[in-house]
Amino acid sequence: MSVGAWAAMSLIVRRELCLSFRRPGQLLQPLVFFLIVTTLFPLSLSPQLSLLRDMAPGVLWVAALLSSLLSLDSLFKGDADDGTLEQLAICGQELGVIVIAKAVAHWLVSGAALVLISPLVGVALGIPTSAFATMMLSLGLGTVTLSWLGAIGAALTVGLRRGNVLLSLIVLPLAMPLLIFGANATDRAIGGTSPAGALYFLAALCVFTCTLAPFAATAALRISLE
Amino acid sequence: MNSAPDGLTVDKVHVWRGERHVLKGVSLELWPHQLLHVSGPNGAGKSTLLRVLCGLLRPEEGVVAWRGRPILKSRLDYCASLAYASHDPALKGDLTCLENLRYSVGLRRHISDEGLRATLRNTGVEGCADLPARVLSAGQRRRVAMARILASSAALWLLDEPFTNLDSAGSELLSTLLAQHMSRGGLAVVVAHQEIRLAGDVHRLELAA
Repeated sequence: MSVGAWAAMSLIVRRELCLSFRRPGQLLQPLVFFLIVTTLFPLSLSPQLSLLRDMAPGVLWVAALLSSLLSLDSLFKGDADDGTLEQLAICGQELGVIVIAKAVAHWLVSGAALVLISPLVGVALGIPTSAFATMMLSLGLGTVTLSWLGAIGAALTVGLRRGNVLLSLIVLPLAMPLLIFGANATDRAIGGTSPAGALYFLAALCVFTCTLAPFAATAALRISLE
Repeated sequence: MNSAPDGLTVDKVHVWRGERHVLKGVSLELWPHQLLHVSGPNGAGKSTLLRVLCGLLRPEEGVVAWRGRPILKSRLDYCASLAYASHDPALKGDLTCLENLRYSVGLRRHISDEGLRATLRNTGVEGCADLPARVLSAGQRRRVAMARILASSAALWLLDEPFTNLDSAGSELLSTLLAQHMSRGGLAVVVAHQEIRLAGDVHRLELAA
């Protein structure tokens, strides 16, 4: 009796979550990085509320982008190093199923956690509470997109010895539209105007990557496995 | 009705790694109840051959066929009927042995934790079931990897130097398991440097450097 794709996917997601929680340090690292980088700004610049609010969206998004890069490297690398990736590739399930499950698990432990702690950063940067909903929504859409872009990059660089630098060079340019629209949405919410336009763009980018990136990441991983 | 032959056939497989011509036209046939012992000096391409047989490496020339169909065309069916043990035991150090098996065998077929524990007992590492794999010795890891092969209930076993790190009782056990597998109609390709002594239809393939 073979195992269906959904059952396989949920099994892999559980495996990834289990692995992440066995190494809480690795899990917390990007989040602590995110918190520290964003709090450095009010400390180094003047803590004037108007100035902070002007730069808050940019700081928030750059920090989110960089902190999610930290966790990307381990997406496939850990499994490739100990041989379990090969075992996954020949387990009788579609490689795409495995890639999707791993990307979903990666978002749950990095992206979702980042969205949940973003109000803390919002307070530190003086973002009004009325803008928190928009900020979290935009970060939610943005981190999903980033996880997918990152999955492509991680799949391409998994076989390389110093892949993480190359990974940043691949992912960061692709993430620029995210940065522009994400920061814009947050900026508008702080200013009290409607962020709908920018949020629509973020949502479109999110849908775009969710539908196409699994194919690209799977193809990239197949090449890297050879 | 399936009239296709039930075995593994490899027809003139060539593999280049960069400038190196690693596999120079390897051909072989393997049928149920048969074991193929692959030997040869270091760097002769034994592991490469196994990776080709797994479908992990695409040969530049030649065809690998399982039950009459090229494996690259019926990938999933083929993967479902093979179990591969690389020279790496492929265990997650942070997971317990039981979890390791659950998350790898569980992708192939439904199996209860009791079933997995029973398999671990068969390979003599039941006591390690709830220990993280990183605290195990190399030989114990090898036995857990053996349990994974056993639990997958695959028809074709591809084993890369499975006798490494095993004590004499372990080697004995592995030979017994291989003999049982073959008597059930299984096929096995085993890369090993030492002689494989077991009752049954053992063929040899010597790869030249």
